[in-house]
Amino acid sequence: MPFEWLVAIRYLREGRVQSLLILAGMAVGVGVIVFLSALISGLQVSLIDRTLGTQAHIVLRRPDEMPRPLLERDGPVDVTSHVERPAQRLRSILQWQQMIDSVERVPGVLALTPTVTGAAFARQGSANRAVLVRGVEPAGFARIIDVSSKVIAGRFDVAGTDAVIGSELANAFGLTVGDKLRLSAADDRSDVFTIRGIFDIGNKDANERWVFVSLRSAQTLLDLVGGVSTIEVKVADIFSAESIAGQLSARTGLEADSWMKTNTQLLVGLRSQNSSSYMIQVFVIIAVALGIASVLVVSVVQKSREIGILKAIGTPTRRIIRIFLIEGALVGLAGSVLGVALGAVLALFFSRLATNPDGSATFPVDLNLALFLRASIIATVTGVAAAVAPAHRAARLNPVDVIRYG
Amino acid sequence: MDDHLLQLENVTKDYGDRVITRVLHGISFTLAPGEFTALIGPSGSGKSTLLHLLGLLDRPTSGRILLRGCDTGELGQRTLGRFRGHTIGFVFQFHHLLPAFTAAENVMMPILADRGRPDDEMRRRAAGLLERVGLSDRLHSRVTELSGGQQQRVAVARALAMTPALVLADEPTGNLDTQSGDQVFALLRHFNREQGTAFLIVTHDPRLAARCDRVIELVDGRITSDRAGAAARTHAPSS
Repeated sequence: MPFEWLVAIRYLREGRVQSLLILAGMAVGVGVIVFLSALISGLQVSLIDRTLGTQAHIVLRRPDEMPRPLLERDGPVDVTSHVERPAQRLRSILQWQQMIDSVERVPGVLALTPTVTGAAFARQGSANRAVLVRGVEPAGFARIIDVSSKVIAGRFDVAGTDAVIGSELANAFGLTVGDKLRLSAADDRSDVFTIRGIFDIGNKDANERWVFVSLRSAQTLLDLVGGVSTIEVKVADIFSAESIAGQLSARTGLEADSWMKTNTQLLVGLRSQNSSSYMIQVFVIIAVALGIASVLVVSVVQKSREIGILKAIGTPTRRIIRIFLIEGALVGLAGSVLGVALGAVLALFFSRLATNPDGSATFPVDLNLALFLRASIIATVTGVAAAVAPAHRAARLNPVDVIRYG
Repeated sequence: MDDHLLQLENVTKDYGDRVITRVLHGISFTLAPGEFTALIGPSGSGKSTLLHLLGLLDRPTSGRILLRGCDTGELGQRTLGRFRGHTIGFVFQFHHLLPAFTAAENVMMPILADRGRPDDEMRRRAAGLLERVGLSDRLHSRVTELSGGQQQRVAVARALAMTPALVLADEPTGNLDTQSGDQVFALLRHFNREQGTAFLIVTHDPRLAARCDRVIELVDGRITSDRAGAAARTHAPSS
């Protein structure tokens, strides 16, 4: 073992109480960091998962229809005009097959699927409910929103005139798999569908209003034969959805809404949660570093005689400095191992406390290797940084002083 | 080739920033290789200060100190430290061993601090030296478990670890009973005769001084006498 390591380890073992104090401080600090990070990222992952469980990362649709005034307001002729915004009809994306080809080539896009979405009424006897007809290609759509795994009866199958409805709608109409449901749209177009599955997607509005049918049935029902109203896109990195949406919009001329835009409140909430968590972590690190530094300074003072001897017998100053930096790094590393264990236990304990009625955790704590590594690196760097001042103090000791006064 | 081991030319040392106290006034003398010298003088005469200057632990206010013909005032702190480590060994009054380490580790510490990594050769050297000072059975004892005489013998072994040309000893027997003190002194003499190591021993004890080859007396920061010791007179014909 190199000289510096030998001396550092021996001194740590020798100063048992001090080493334990530093270790405990470090462990508590790292524990707080691990616990907090696990809790917050677990919470955020589950919030985002829930949000994105019912919506595509990016939705492309045709821009709103706007009237084009024949005379410009700032033109040479002075006119007063009132431009009235027209009511928006359901219109198909023009040349949507080519659009799909070009969207597919944008880097970061994982999957996409055309859908036809429009309003209709579900009728059952004299009961009448507004629903959202979603015409999809089941295979393609499954890659955007995973409905199949949330089907509670039957299966997700919308071939021909089959439909899949939400649990709330099924309850309201008393429908089960195999029953028929009439959907009517504008201009008295209507069709009867056979219910093949019932889903519970965890969102009451969707459970009440969504009716999945085949793309072709929706096109017929909504008078959009051969067309699609939206293209739904899934991206690899959910947090780059907004910038990819910008690219898609520029490339296709369509309006692109990312989940980040439609959930601004959620994102603002997550960001402020993140920044407050970082603040707490930074202050914890500073407090731990100060604690370690002060204990190490005391140990330098206590060991000044031995440091003087080491210098007198020819130990170079750089080796003296290294001894203390190694001590800092070692307590940082050892403290982080203890702290990771402490934080993990705390986080798991906490997730047991907050449970759903069925006993599962309300949100899973996110304990992963990257978090542990990050905490360990922070702790080790903090340990070394905290040891810098004490190490230089030791390096400045004059051996003559300590030898003369014993 | 300069045959002086250590040469002091008009060395002075002042202490204090505002009120300057001159502790050493123009000291000049030389030490030859293999010389066994006593430095005596009353308390406060500047013996320890002189020893620290000789040991290159401190720098003089004026004057030159030449170690093997090399002006130490011109060396940088780092080179000086290395030079010191390889040329000069120390035995301090309060043994100054490292309590966290065993006897063997203490002895090999100067070599380890110089080379950075332990090897079998330095382990063998430490064991050999401890055997020579009669502690072969205490190799792996913590130095805190040893008696005062044993600790001082470990300190002697440590001073010799780097095979220095000169060993400076500050009252090496000052805190020991007569018997242990005699043992330690005999060891110093033994290494001097056997390996030709030069020794400069600061002592209060006229009995010990008398057993050295040369006695330098320091009073109030000046050398008042520099004479051959009783031992030199007896041994002169043989050496």
